[in-house]
Amino acid sequence: MNASSESGLIDAEIRALGEVAGAMIPENADLGMPGADDPVILRDIACSLGRDLPLVREALMAIAARSRRAFAALDQGSRDTLINDYFAQGGAAATALGRAVLGAYYRDDRVLLALGHEPRPPFPKGYRLEQGDWSLLEPVRRRPSFWRDDRIVTAGEG
Amino acid sequence: MAPNDKVDVLIIGSGASGAAVAWSLAEMKMRILCLEQGDWMKPTDFPSNGRDWEARRYTDFEISPNRRGRDTDYPINDDNSLMKIANFNGVGGGTLIYTAHWPRMHPSDFRVKSLDGVADDWPVDYWALERFYDENDRMMGVSGLAGDPGVPPRHPPMPPIGLGKTGTRYAQAMNRLGWHWWPSDTTIATTDYEGRAACINLGHCTPGCAQGAKASTDITYWPLALRAGVELRTRCRVREITTDEHGMAAGAVYYDADGVEHFQPAEVVILACNGVGTPRLLLNSASARFPDGLANSSGLVGKNLMLHPWPIVSGYVEETLDGGRGPINCIWSKQFYETDPARDFVRGYTLQFGRGTGPANQAMVGAASGLLPWGRDHHRRYRTMLDHRLSIGVACEDLPEEHNRVTLDPVLKDSNGIPAPRIDYTISENTRRMMEHGIARAEEILTEAGATQLYASRTALNYPGHLLGTARMGTDPERSVVNEWGRSHDVKNLFIVDGSIWVTSGGVNPTSTIQALALYVADQMKQRLATLFD
Repeated sequence: MNASSESGLIDAEIRALGEVAGAMIPENADLGMPGADDPVILRDIACSLGRDLPLVREALMAIAARSRRAFAALDQGSRDTLINDYFAQGGAAATALGRAVLGAYYRDDRVLLALGHEPRPPFPKGYRLEQGDWSLLEPVRRRPSFWRDDRIVTAGEG
Repeated sequence: MAPNDKVDVLIIGSGASGAAVAWSLAEMKMRILCLEQGDWMKPTDFPSNGRDWEARRYTDFEISPNRRGRDTDYPINDDNSLMKIANFNGVGGGTLIYTAHWPRMHPSDFRVKSLDGVADDWPVDYWALERFYDENDRMMGVSGLAGDPGVPPRHPPMPPIGLGKTGTRYAQAMNRLGWHWWPSDTTIATTDYEGRAACINLGHCTPGCAQGAKASTDITYWPLALRAGVELRTRCRVREITTDEHGMAAGAVYYDADGVEHFQPAEVVILACNGVGTPRLLLNSASARFPDGLANSSGLVGKNLMLHPWPIVSGYVEETLDGGRGPINCIWSKQFYETDPARDFVRGYTLQFGRGTGPANQAMVGAASGLLPWGRDHHRRYRTMLDHRLSIGVACEDLPEEHNRVTLDPVLKDSNGIPAPRIDYTISENTRRMMEHGIARAEEILTEAGATQLYASRTALNYPGHLLGTARMGTDPERSVVNEWGRSHDVKNLFIVDGSIWVTSGGVNPTSTIQALALYVADQMKQRLATLFD
């Protein structure tokens, strides 16, 4: 089973998705961050489209049209501009594409480790939350009550 | 149509209010049946069990039923509303996906006409509900800290959630400004409580709690109600309430999971379907005797919908904070809750201070705000955001207006062919001024906390699922749908216990008050049993 058959996208659409995803989140070797066109991440993106497949397809077509069907040939600066302009317009298709790419990218083991996060689900281990500085509450404790007691106040005394 | 045995009490909906009223009435040893259109949820169903936990907030645990699209959901046409509708259909209802924030209404919220000259007073006051708030706090299990000068006295049975780094940062800023803050009350258990395990900080708990630390009625009220003999029947979607020749409710027509139609006769019918589901059902129960819908002689069924406009203002600091490693609830502020004649609006709002969010959701909110770019600068900017986020929600009271309403959509239907609800809703000028005031104060706080990259999301992205006011309570049958103890003015054996019966909305999350009201109505029913239909 490949990403194409699992996702419902044809091979050409997978390639287009990879080009766009790689432009949205490019690799940064200095930070240890893969690009969203990394094969493992791209497969995850493609396989998690589900109900958003038609919208993502619509987004890819819109981006292709903006680039006059030459997105892959654009230099990186032009891709950045085109992608950011496209997303600035908003809409359901852009939202679906953004969620699909980000949802898969930011659960990749390499990405999470590079960000200092553990690559695991929250349950069952959970996380530690420190108590913080409760002494900050002291000045608030000293305040008199200031909620309006309707048994005492009358109209206009707010 | 399959025959069913008649029950004494038929409750429709198993969420916050349905569970509370079922538990309370169970001691009467009547035959009580609850019909729920959703399923039981298991702890293993919830997203925090898996690596896709963040993405599932936008699919099968999305708060909008239109997006979620489970086969237990019904569609809602909310195209004509900037605020969208959130709900959940399952045993526990909306409590499965709420944030577990647990403020009460203030005493002044029940007397807005007398005190502030707007809307209407409630026919009950805070003090009549106080013991039911307390009882409900014990049942749901509340964590918090007594002594808050901004709210009436209450005594949460568990200690508050830790401030963490994020709460400490907020608190320092609030103290410098001289503004009120206090740790938020929450139904997230901070200690083992009544069979529930303590919170282990699984992150934002809106899409359910795998640990079972967050109180939802499937794990609080329902086990006790079932043990006391109440029957709960799932996957039963009610189409209409029928009436007999005397104009009394006769029972409910519903579809089971296979789409088979049933009639369930009952002596008493109680609606607990929330502020959208209840008016939908009443309007769809029109008959020759009740041509405008059941219990609608006032014409107010579906009107006065209130949704709590909820701007969220966010910013980012250099310090590494809690991020998504803890419940979203942190602290609240009542500094601007009560009416201040010096402002250009009446009533007020609660400020709710949130922790951050997980890696994927941080990227999504950053991208949605336009602050997180795509392309070469993505990684650098993202690292200034993840675990550095502060966000303040402005929980605004919106006042009742009849043009904000629920009607039946003439075209859209659910999978059983039942007309879907249609929402028409606008935000009033008073509320808009309140929102802008709250946004400005939130920006002051965030700036004082050292945050930059401030962004205010006004309404489109924020819909808390507070569905209120569409079958309001009151003493005047011409100006209300139910009386001061929840009984329909028109149909003497029909009761409503959900957020529909609210007269005004306050500036707080409603679940605590919805349940206190349900317990109050149940108590009234028990006290008046001999004369219930008089």
